[in-house]
Amino acid sequence: MSGLADMKKKTIRNFLYVEAELLDNEGHESWLDLLTEDFLYWMPLEYGQTDDRLMTSLMHDDKLLLTVRIERLQGDRTFSQKPRSRCHHLLQRPQILSRSKEGITTRTAFHYIETRIDDQMLMAGWAEHQLVAAPKGAAQPLMIRRKTVRLMNPDAAFPNIQLIL
Amino acid sequence: MQTGLKLLEVSNKLHHSVTMAEKMTSKQVNITAEQVEALFRPGEAHRDLYASQDIFRAEMQHLFRQCWLYVGHDSQVPNRGDYIATELADQPVLMVRDREEVKVFHNRCPHKGTKLVLDAAGQAGPFFRCPYHAWTFRTDGSLRSIPHPQGYDEERLHESAAGCGLSPVENLVNYRGFIFARLASQGIDFDAFFGGSLSTLDNMIDRSPEGRLSVAGPPLRYMHRCNWKMLVENQTDTCHPMVAHESSAGTVVDLWSRIGGNSKKPMAVEIYAPFLSDYSFYDKMGIRIWPNGHGHTGVTQSIHSNYSEIPGYFDQMIAAYGRERAEAILSESRHNTVFFPNIMVKGPIQSLRLFKPLAADRTLVESWIFRLDGAPDMLLERTAAYNRLINAPTSIVGHDDLEMYERAQEGLSAGGNDWVNMQRDMQADEMNFDGEKVVIGTSELQMRNQFDAWRKFMLESIQNADHKAGAGA
Ligand code: FES
Ligand SMILES: [Fe+2]
Repeated sequence: MSGLADMKKKTIRNFLYVEAELLDNEGHESWLDLLTEDFLYWMPLEYGQTDDRLMTSLMHDDKLLLTVRIERLQGDRTFSQKPRSRCHHLLQRPQILSRSKEGITTRTAFHYIETRIDDQMLMAGWAEHQLVAAPKGAAQPLMIRRKTVRLMNPDAAFPNIQLIL
Repeated sequence: MQTGLKLLEVSNKLHHSVTMAEKMTSKQVNITAEQVEALFRPGEAHRDLYASQDIFRAEMQHLFRQCWLYVGHDSQVPNRGDYIATELADQPVLMVRDREEVKVFHNRCPHKGTKLVLDAAGQAGPFFRCPYHAWTFRTDGSLRSIPHPQGYDEERLHESAAGCGLSPVENLVNYRGFIFARLASQGIDFDAFFGGSLSTLDNMIDRSPEGRLSVAGPPLRYMHRCNWKMLVENQTDTCHPMVAHESSAGTVVDLWSRIGGNSKKPMAVEIYAPFLSDYSFYDKMGIRIWPNGHGHTGVTQSIHSNYSEIPGYFDQMIAAYGRERAEAILSESRHNTVFFPNIMVKGPIQSLRLFKPLAADRTLVESWIFRLDGAPDMLLERTAAYNRLINAPTSIVGHDDLEMYERAQEGLSAGGNDWVNMQRDMQADEMNFDGEKVVIGTSELQMRNQFDAWRKFMLESIQNADHKAGAGA
């Protein structure tokens, strides 16, 4: 088995396409399986924000909080999801920023659409992934250790953003 | 429902989706005292209070001008020339540090009306320069220079409105760093308006060993398609968390019971779980009201009571205040304090939420957080976490609430019943009290208190306006 250092670019990119596909098709449980136990999802509130601790962020979720989000979507009394929202990620070809034996860093420009009833919201930005090798026998070759979603306009006044970018 | 319109609005909804024409800043509506009285029955409020754009304009014209409104915090403008841009009700204003003092001006060039500054915050230097024709204004608002001035007759210019420089908001109070303004030139003074409610601000500020707060970063900005009053009422609505937040807090509690075992609760679980407390908990937590529409939940205890201790903090407080006073400050766990009409403060969390009214059915919620100067970073970390977990457009608790407000806003366009009910624990003659009053925590008294103040300020302003019109005739 080949390591991260010589993993084909196509394999890495395909993995990111698979991730988006899972999020867009309510494959949330399988998406959770792609996350390492120490996974962190960060969506800053300020353009170019560097401090994720002493400033408010839009999201700063560990795996527990993401599991909550995902379980909540299915809840009998989750009225903000009755009817459900849907989402759609359109990705530009991911850039591979760096890679070593420990991990791979990528950046992917995206357009994201979230809809509910008559509302349609378009957001754009860049997702940075830190990827590590998946254990032997896993369905995918990689796992996500950290995902940072930088919106073009994180400081704008948004309505509900209910699904996962 | 206007589906086409809604779609269009959504695609353009960032920032202020309300056009200036919709806001009708200068359009006067004529409302009479009788019309105001007709909006109320005991324990009931007419749906027009939430749904009618005419009532909204009347509120901007009468209510919001009479009340003391929050402008900003002086830590946002530490140095001369530092400014922020914000709105007071429907009026764009800027707050600037002049020499020592903080000043507030209408954000409008006196020449032709161009907004002087657009950035939420910035540094003007020694003077503001209007981008349109380069008139300049000192940070005290006075007109400094006009390019190519030969075209003006000096005397005539001085008599004009433009010659006076920036229009100040004159009635300003800096309360321990918090800047408040009253737009109406005459009216109730600051201390009389807030009365005992200032104790919540005092408690929040006293939680700093240095007795001083500073704003930590930009606010969350969350757009709500509902009337501003729904948000304000929700702040003391203690019969909704266990119902509306079952989906979020309930999922947290459920998941933690399955996977948590005996491990220490993470901060997020500690923050979410108490939302699910039962009615008897909220009963006991108590509500205190003050005159002029102010009031708070959490008199004896609250959902903020049982957070884990932050190492080192208590010792710092004892060093600053002595043990007894430090304990008194930290034993307060006031939950939500409403400063009428549109502010909510959480002392134990160090946050301030501003419900900015944009239209009858549109409210921008800004959620600000503060650092306790001299206290451990860990407190600010918890505050920042609370803010994003509860107040962000990405917050699952926020989703629960907004869904309810928007359903209510849409539901109120239905005929058949013109009234919104707020009769829980209503007593005869309940507004007759001195200084403050404490009641059971699930009472809707604070909502009635708000409407009592609403009615009072509207009527006073309408009568004054009638009086002036009569005197002028
Ligand atoms: S509008 Fe400001 S200088 Fe003319
Ligand atoms: Fe709520």
